[in-house]
Amino acid sequence: MAKKLGKRMRQKHVRRQKWYEFQDKAFKYVALTATGFGILILVVLLWDVFSTGLGRFDLSFFLESSSRKAKNAGIYAAMGGTLWVMILTTLIAFPIGIGAGLYLEEYNAKSRMANILEINISNLAGIPSIIYGLLGLEIFSRTMMMGDSVLTGALTLALLILPIIIVSTRESLKTVPYNLREASFALGATKWQTIWFQILPASIPGIVTGAILAISRAIGETAPLIVIGAATYITSVPGSPLEEFTVLPIQIFYWIGKPQHDFKVNAAAAIIILLAITFIMNGAAVYLRYRWQKKIKW
Amino acid sequence: MKLSEKLIEKFLLACSLLTILTTVGIISVLFFETARFFQVVSIIDFLTDTEWSPSFAKGQQHFGILPLLAGTFLTTFIAMCVAVPLGITIAVYLSEYADPRLRNVVKPVLEILASIPTIVYGYFALTFVTPLLQGMFPALGLTNFNALSPGIIMGVMILPLVSSLSEDALYAVPKALREGSYAMGATKLQTALKVIIPAALSGIAVSIILALSRAVGETMIVAIAAGNKPTLTFNPLEQVQTATTYIVQTVNGDVANDSIEYKTIYAVGMSLFVITLVLNNISFWLKKRYHQAYK
Repeated sequence: MAKKLGKRMRQKHVRRQKWYEFQDKAFKYVALTATGFGILILVVLLWDVFSTGLGRFDLSFFLESSSRKAKNAGIYAAMGGTLWVMILTTLIAFPIGIGAGLYLEEYNAKSRMANILEINISNLAGIPSIIYGLLGLEIFSRTMMMGDSVLTGALTLALLILPIIIVSTRESLKTVPYNLREASFALGATKWQTIWFQILPASIPGIVTGAILAISRAIGETAPLIVIGAATYITSVPGSPLEEFTVLPIQIFYWIGKPQHDFKVNAAAAIIILLAITFIMNGAAVYLRYRWQKKIKW
Repeated sequence: MKLSEKLIEKFLLACSLLTILTTVGIISVLFFETARFFQVVSIIDFLTDTEWSPSFAKGQQHFGILPLLAGTFLTTFIAMCVAVPLGITIAVYLSEYADPRLRNVVKPVLEILASIPTIVYGYFALTFVTPLLQGMFPALGLTNFNALSPGIIMGVMILPLVSSLSEDALYAVPKALREGSYAMGATKLQTALKVIIPAALSGIAVSIILALSRAVGETMIVAIAAGNKPTLTFNPLEQVQTATTYIVQTVNGDVANDSIEYKTIYAVGMSLFVITLVLNNISFWLKKRYHQAYK
């Protein structure tokens, strides 16, 4: 009797164990599907954009600007504007971001002040980009009277990406071993000499990687530039930082808003260019990081 | 110390103080313009009125932010319904099941999703996902602008945030816990659900809250595909206007400097700022706590 009961319990146990194993296997397939879903969306998105926009490319698309007729419109002014914004934003954000990162990591790593700065930077990184647009509109555009110029846009985007550059600068400074600093000090180098001749050269690939990612983010930003009033209908590349401008994402936004199908095709074609720029920059950053990790072994 | 050394240090200090200045700038700009707004509109009306119509003729205007918040809430909720279950499933799979080689390929590919400019997602939601849903489920009566398709696409956008950060949290759980569970005869799924996920819960919560905060502040996807009619609704098939959309669509038209409409964008911006600030700081607090737990 007892033996029989034991056998039944064993059978029950085996059945249950099989059920658990089945669940385990089932989950594996569900999870694979979920992962596949994410990748599928990416593929479908790329396919949709390319199949719509690829046929639109001809020379005039790159040489023309805004036009009331979709067939005559192009991205010349928007590309020029994007280039302007990209260069100015880099010039503003790069030195300031690296400077702040150096200060926090090399000069004042553990003070109370550094702690406050750190919390503040994390918070800045979490503020929606559109809020930076409101800041730029009020401070740069209206109070400092720069209007809807390239400079206003670049300053706004520079503030937006500053936290990203600071954080990545600090991360790559952290990877430089302390020995290097001590050796340099022992040879009589001052603090700045140590930073300039030893630490920066050793960490620059990491810093540049972070900066490229940050700039690539800035290029894709639309909302803050709309808020500062970047124009949608511009037919020439700005001649100076104080002229008004448009950029690729805003040009795309303007075309998406048009009811005619031909403008949607324009938008898709411009999106291909925007995606190409984004992917090239991200790819360059990933490659740089890979090379750097391979080359330097402390 | 040499003078130049001192000057350099001062310059670097100035660089880092600029971040404080940015925060002060954002808070004071939002605060002053919002204060001017509340001289005209009572704060009670702003928080309780169920209509939002600042562009109407004087006397017929309503300034209740609830419809905008409802729009934000609805699109964010849909995005979370997509991103959280998918993200955590992917994270468990990559951390507990997948071959490391597969993991090293899948993770960067998913992260491409996060690097795509949001305007591209907006285009995709409007010109592909909405027509697709309309074609597949004609009975739903989905309008051309709706909360559903931008919500889904926003979920895809924040998916890598949830999956990557959750995976980091799961991966950080000590190996001994896993092995102890396997030794008791538990399957991988049982171990993941009963041991690993509970142990990494705060890390997973951090990823969810950060994703939530991103979705609340996301602008272009909803501005393009969700519509521009502020309605107090939780129906995902209708068009809605989110807080971010309102700001974009208002500045996109011409707004006079001193008009009440100009002040509304700052009042709405202030609300957004407060919501995301609270969410972000909850996540920082959680992160700090969970870092201590494993030291």
